Amino acid sequence: MSKTPALTLKDLSCTFHVQGGLFQPARHVRAVDRISVSLEEGGVLGIVGESGCGKTTLARMILGLQNPTSGEAFVHGQRLSELDRRARARLIQPVFQDPFSSLNPKHRIEDIIALPLRAQGSFEPHEIERRTAAILERVGLSTEQGRRLPAELSGGQRQRVAIARALILEPRIVVCDEPTSALDVSVQAQILNLLGELRRDLNLTYVFISHNLAVVEHVASEVMVMYLGRMVEHNTTARLFSEPRHPYTQALLASVLTPEPGLGLPDVGLGDIMPDPANIPSGCRFHPRCLKAQPQCATIEPLTSHPSDHATVECHLF
Amino acid sequence: MPRLKELGFVIGLVIVGVVFVAAVIGPWLTGHDAFAQNLNARLIPPFWMEGGSSQHWLGTDQLGRDYLTRLLYGARISLFIGILTVITSGIIGTTLGVLGGFYGGRIDDAVLFVITCRLSIPVVLVALAVVGLVGSSLTLVVTTLGLLLWDRFAVVARATTMQIRSLDYVNAAWCSGCSPLDIMRHEILPNISSHLMVVCTLEIALAILLEASLSFLGLGVPPPLPSWGLMIAEGKDYMFFSAWVIMIPGIALFTLVLGMNMVGDGLRRAFGTQVIK
Repeated sequence: MSKTPALTLKDLSCTFHVQGGLFQPARHVRAVDRISVSLEEGGVLGIVGESGCGKTTLARMILGLQNPTSGEAFVHGQRLSELDRRARARLIQPVFQDPFSSLNPKHRIEDIIALPLRAQGSFEPHEIERRTAAILERVGLSTEQGRRLPAELSGGQRQRVAIARALILEPRIVVCDEPTSALDVSVQAQILNLLGELRRDLNLTYVFISHNLAVVEHVASEVMVMYLGRMVEHNTTARLFSEPRHPYTQALLASVLTPEPGLGLPDVGLGDIMPDPANIPSGCRFHPRCLKAQPQCATIEPLTSHPSDHATVECHLF
Repeated sequence: MPRLKELGFVIGLVIVGVVFVAAVIGPWLTGHDAFAQNLNARLIPPFWMEGGSSQHWLGTDQLGRDYLTRLLYGARISLFIGILTVITSGIIGTTLGVLGGFYGGRIDDAVLFVITCRLSIPVVLVALAVVGLVGSSLTLVVTTLGLLLWDRFAVVARATTMQIRSLDYVNAAWCSGCSPLDIMRHEILPNISSHLMVVCTLEIALAILLEASLSFLGLGVPPPLPSWGLMIAEGKDYMFFSAWVIMIPGIALFTLVLGMNMVGDGLRRAFGTQVIK
């Protein structure tokens, strides 16, 4: 019998209703469309895709900040929607993108870190103090820095604070929404290494959102590629990067800048039309930009196929 | 740190500070009783005018009461009314505004409706009607103004809360398992308090002016309490022969309200540079 996966998403969808103007009808934006995936304990699920593809909405649903329109998320076999806010906080914690807006500017660092413990309402003050000091040290900050305000710390230090806050309740899953993209390049590596160490030491499971493919390749054990709210391809990291199947994945991988000078920006054939989640194309939603599009792609929505174990792809070519 | 050293702010702060200290300790230092009448010493002019005496620095009023003592006592009443009114209206307005801004949707619609209703009520007319029905007293003035002057608090609290509620530290507080009340108290309130402080100073000035207007009309603070508005009203019969009777409380009122507004402007400029990022 196999273990219960750490995180299971079943047909998770989220549709936003955008009010139109006086004479315009309301529009429906399908930010996330029937996503099903499961993640083993200790794994790192990388989520990649363009801006507006629904990565962040998916993360917000996993964190319980956004209610799904339909579908369910399970954490260690427990239905996410049935957990109260304290139980959910003990299982899942976030690390947000911008460490400048994720820390309350009016609170001291140690109070920010201790907030999840205080919110549980069941910890003694000396226990809170002890665990705060321990986690501060674990993420590489001093007790003295714990007494400062967020404005007195650098971006990298602030992100360490955000990580400390996420880990103080010893959660099982940490959702990292672009945790390094707001940081200096030199600091990015430190933060990624810290996240990696903590995952190994505490046996954490990560959901790791990024549009930096190099970071995802380095960090993730499996990757899912999103396009306009759909998961178009999902595979282990090594397989996805060595043999991308979906034309969109191929284009994404080809769009990574190469270090050779003189090559300029790579042309990946995606054109410059940005996809609009309020106006999803018929058939395969990627067909207007796809280099390998066939007549059927414009009319028939492709089914999910499993070309090999642990791999799914949604394209008529497979 | 916001630059609080600019001239206007400092001047405003000095004015308000001096009035505050004078109001608290002044009436005990003049050596006169604000209520003691002396009909033999009516309408003595201030010391710098002909016929003035060093006994009464600012002269006496039509009933022979020492004008300086009454002026300082009046400052006490003005500040008392201003501060109490703002405490009442600040609590009402902030609560409504934060609730509306935080929850949005139906609750926000309801809050907006209440704000709109309040804005359509003319404050002075309601105050006149209430005082006319119940009779004038200090408590009544404070209550009426406090229950009417919360609209700016509500509008500012609502707008700033809406800006903050979608920031990541509020999301992080949700993910930490905080209750909505905790989030409003510990995450949102500390970050909108600087904006509310600005509204506070402006509303204190407004309340002081309104109290003076009501007292001038005879519907505010009842005599013999020395309110500045009431002093102007009592002095208006003598203004052609003893103009200082209305000039002195008028200048006092003008200076205090100007000082309050300068403090408010200074705070607004100082906090304006660090509006929520």
